[in-house]
Amino acid sequence: MSLHSLATADVPFIDSGNTAWTIAAAALVLFMTPGLAFFYGGMVRTKSVLNMMMMSFISMGTVGTVWVLWGYSEAFGPDLGHGLLGNPFSEFGLHHVMTAIYGYVPAAGGSAATGGIPGMAFVAFQVVFAIIAVALVSGAIADRAKFTTWTVFTVIWATVVYFPAAHWVFAFNGYAAKAGGWIANGGLFLHGHGAYDFAGGTAIHINAGAAGLALALVIGKRVGFGKDPMRPHNLTLVMIGAGMLWFGWFGFNAGSALSAGTLAAGVWVNTLGATCTAMLGWLLVEKFRDGHFTSLGAASGVVAGLVAITPACATVTPIGALIVGLAAGAICALAVGLKFKLGFDDSLDVVGVHLVGGLVGTLLIGLLASKSSPNGSGTRDGLFYGGGFLQLGVQAAAAFTVLIFSFVVTYIIGYALHKTMGFRISQEEEIAGIDQAEHAETGYDFGNLFSGSRIGHHPSHEQDARHHDETQEKVEA
Amino acid sequence: MKLVTAIVKPFKLDEVKEALESYGITGMTVSEASGYGRQRGHSEVYRGAEYTVDFVPKVRIEVLVEDMDAGSVVDVMVKAAQTGRIGDGKVWTVPVEDVVRVRTGEKGATAL
Repeated sequence: MSLHSLATADVPFIDSGNTAWTIAAAALVLFMTPGLAFFYGGMVRTKSVLNMMMMSFISMGTVGTVWVLWGYSEAFGPDLGHGLLGNPFSEFGLHHVMTAIYGYVPAAGGSAATGGIPGMAFVAFQVVFAIIAVALVSGAIADRAKFTTWTVFTVIWATVVYFPAAHWVFAFNGYAAKAGGWIANGGLFLHGHGAYDFAGGTAIHINAGAAGLALALVIGKRVGFGKDPMRPHNLTLVMIGAGMLWFGWFGFNAGSALSAGTLAAGVWVNTLGATCTAMLGWLLVEKFRDGHFTSLGAASGVVAGLVAITPACATVTPIGALIVGLAAGAICALAVGLKFKLGFDDSLDVVGVHLVGGLVGTLLIGLLASKSSPNGSGTRDGLFYGGGFLQLGVQAAAAFTVLIFSFVVTYIIGYALHKTMGFRISQEEEIAGIDQAEHAETGYDFGNLFSGSRIGHHPSHEQDARHHDETQEKVEA
Repeated sequence: MKLVTAIVKPFKLDEVKEALESYGITGMTVSEASGYGRQRGHSEVYRGAEYTVDFVPKVRIEVLVEDMDAGSVVDVMVKAAQTGRIGDGKVWTVPVEDVVRVRTGEKGATAL
């Protein structure tokens, strides 16, 4: 080790390259949420496209706000004990973060010689994860959720479910705070063996998938589910959305290195490889099962692959990534039929794609983790590389804890909101279309005979009337 | 006078139109239609869930002709629209009591 790196290991300094990449990656990840809005929006019927997109957009509004207030602090503030939760009040309003410099992430393969990034860059990078995690859930309750209740839900769910889970998975010891989360650092029953989840397979995808399942069960099926055709109204939107997600996902995964170097580059390539084979896997299943390669299948395969490689991207080799992708594409393609078999209406397959995809990726780390991965020599080998069952067990413990926690707590939140505010619009409104009922808008104006007449400015009606009276009086005078 | 209506496959529209023009028909009304006959519709698959679409896209062509032309116009249309495969469509004729050209007020055969 050179004198220079010894010196920098002790004194935190800002590395402009790492900072530039992290901030750029944060912007890439933010782009995924509008991408998700397109992806989901295209899959619903014409009459509910705007509501579907709004459920993603409002997540940006609410989660971005609470992140600044208490969210960041809850996820990354000083640990309140056992790696279960950060203190929501210690960094309230981000008041200590502005001047902070965060160093490297040891568990994510960084080294002490790597320069740090400004605390605010980390705040920026992590909030976009929180936003999309919340937005993902909305796919399970398409066409029928009351918009106000959904908005309230986003705040409660982020606070009670997402931020704690993010603390478990993303808060490394000595990074933003002295003590971090139990999954990242091997606390509680993991006995010192941290689970690998590089970019959030558990905190985001398993979490959102389990929450989606819980909400779908609480609020029930769409009117006509399983009987009426509910075909995607615009597959071109779905393809645009999938493209945007894929693009942004490079920020999601490679950005999670929080540094611009070998780790980020390796993760980038793994993210690409897995996504490619996942698309092929999904399409092959479709060709054998249904006889056609569909565009919705290609788009879904892309997302399934991205989901699965998210936890695994740093700890598997490029070949391992191809295997993760292929498995995720094929298994998710088979899993989306579950809702018809089991009779729950997870409308846009949050369970089939995110929960199942997240589980595939998180568990395959236990088999495929390798020292020749981008994460390097510090990686504990998986079963196929002679590491035994230890890592698989750790991965499963992390995955299923998040799954059960998310499902149970979300069910309680959803049920409470359903019984108090009501989580569903009326059947009449649902059949007429939620866009009209909840937003007084329609997605498309086809310019037909029934597109409306006369523009009313209702807030000023009274004024108009008064004005009218005055002119009348003048005329009479 | 007669109204000849043809329901044909959309890709046959140009051929029918050209055939009618070369026979000497000067106007026609064309609209998009959908329906099914013996072949029923088709199926689409979204993430493994199969949807049956009963109604197949068709084109409806309507032509007003004098009584003596009706038979030949039907023949012209059938010939032009035929592929020999299922779903080629139908052509039928119905009597028309009177026709008025809106611009001039002309009536009957002169209005055609």
